[in-house]
Amino acid sequence: MGIGIRIENLRKVYDTPPPSAARGGGFSFVAQKTAGPKEKKKKFEVVAIDGITLEMRAGEVFGLLGPNGAGKSTTIGVLTTRTRPTGGRAFIGEYDVWQEQVKAKRLIGVVPQRPNLDFALTAREILLFHGAYFGQSARERERRSDDLLEQFHLKDRADDMVRNFSGGMMQRISIARAMMHDPEVLFLDEPSAGLDPQTRLMLWEIVRSYNKLGKTIVLTTHYMDEADALCDRLAIIDHGRIISQGTPTELKASIPGGYILRLRFNQVPEALPAELRKLPGVTEVRPAANSSLDVYADRGGPLIAPIVNAAQALDAELHDVHIAEPSLETLFLHHTGRSLRD
Amino acid sequence: MNWKTFYALLARDGHVARRNLLPMLLQNLLQPLLLTFVFGRVLTTSGMMHPEYKSILLPGVMAISMVLSGVQAVAMPLITEFQFTREIEDRLLAPMAIGWLAVEKIAAGMVQALVAGLVVIPAAWLTMGSGVQLSFQPLEFAVVCVLVAMFSSAGGLVLGCTIGQTQIGLMFSLVIAPMMMFGCAYYPWASLAAFPVLQWAVLINPLVYASEGLRGTLTRAPHINTMIVMGALVLINCLLLVAGLKKFHQKAVS
Repeated sequence: MGIGIRIENLRKVYDTPPPSAARGGGFSFVAQKTAGPKEKKKKFEVVAIDGITLEMRAGEVFGLLGPNGAGKSTTIGVLTTRTRPTGGRAFIGEYDVWQEQVKAKRLIGVVPQRPNLDFALTAREILLFHGAYFGQSARERERRSDDLLEQFHLKDRADDMVRNFSGGMMQRISIARAMMHDPEVLFLDEPSAGLDPQTRLMLWEIVRSYNKLGKTIVLTTHYMDEADALCDRLAIIDHGRIISQGTPTELKASIPGGYILRLRFNQVPEALPAELRKLPGVTEVRPAANSSLDVYADRGGPLIAPIVNAAQALDAELHDVHIAEPSLETLFLHHTGRSLRD
Repeated sequence: MNWKTFYALLARDGHVARRNLLPMLLQNLLQPLLLTFVFGRVLTTSGMMHPEYKSILLPGVMAISMVLSGVQAVAMPLITEFQFTREIEDRLLAPMAIGWLAVEKIAAGMVQALVAGLVVIPAAWLTMGSGVQLSFQPLEFAVVCVLVAMFSSAGGLVLGCTIGQTQIGLMFSLVIAPMMMFGCAYYPWASLAAFPVLQWAVLINPLVYASEGLRGTLTRAPHINTMIVMGALVLINCLLLVAGLKKFHQKAVS
């Protein structure tokens, strides 16, 4: 029996710089100075999650997709007891994550965005001690750690200190550690960031086979292909809010036409959008910033020549074209007006 | 409370401590032993110091060793583990309320402080040669030792959760060094009578109670009343525990 996750109107406002920022840039203890005694101290406030309500079903692979700083990691932070929610509630199975932390922690395994391995230990010891924290017997620990080291191709480096490991190996041992106590829910925060393609495929395989055992998997990513390949359902997050959610197929089907052509001209004559709308296959034309137009259509490249002709007839010159094929990326562009990499 | 998890965490710290045993002993014991040798042996044998000074120095050196090893055993790993790698995260995710992880750190630090303290006695005795006069009061000595060990590791928890990696040097020059110099480790508190202001000012220094407490239960040298010492140490321990747990929670949860 799998375990589902429920998030109700979750909010998180940081009043000190969030640890993820600290993680990125080291940290200093320089206090924020006030400008003068009469001026009020400016309060630090970052809204990371702004009222998220979500349900992740038992036994599914659920993806949180969004650009950096969208609130994905904070959501994972709250669900894994590492971040205190400002408002709303989150449940792992029947347990309120904040009220019943210990019970929730038993059910979850977490692979963090950056490997946070215990550098004082070897790879095998990391797994053995992790099993011990979760109350596994010595024999069970030995057996499971051997299996996982084998599965993750780490057997020959099992007794080396992990501080000497490469990034990919650290990521693998992080995942093995998260699976060591056989959790019902596995969280993976940007699991394939910085992995080579081969390791990435191995990771996908591991996620799929763990999911086949009936486990619920929650992953965050900003790679569209990963979300597309792995997830049963997705939520697209931006600025701490859910923009859209559904299966990858449903989400892709929600874009008019499927293709988006982002066109930049030297100038956009008034008649141009109407002219472009007349072209075959075009379903919608929307103005965008910087003398640009977004054309939604059922085809991409074949439209370029007619577009250039239509523009020339109105004395406009095409400067730049970006064609987004039907994908989750077009979806993101469609909902936010921004590319994922912006 | 999940004792299996607690023991597993203690086992992990014990495992790491055993692996680093030699460097740890050198780090915590070499300096006090060199001090003992110079002040307790060279200066006394050459006649520049009174031979009775040996008995005054021994408990002080023991207090310094205990405090240094307790503070370092808890503070140093915490400072590293709370840095951007967040190594401590796997233990924060262990199925146990996170406050107990801080308690576990204190327990592990106490063991290390006690080991360091007990190693110092024979080692310092050997370095100083004959002439140390012990007057041993086992029960009171044990209580003082435990209180000092707890003070050192609870202090380590506060420091470890307060300062960053770049400030470790500052911690030694601004906190540890003055604490050692004004901690009545190298002289009994009574000898400060010639400096009345200083004599009262040093009473805020917890090391004073550690040194005087050990002096009182280990030797016949002049010392502050042991009951007062114990009371002060209990109070200091409570304050440090409360502050340390609060800081730890602030650090551990964002």
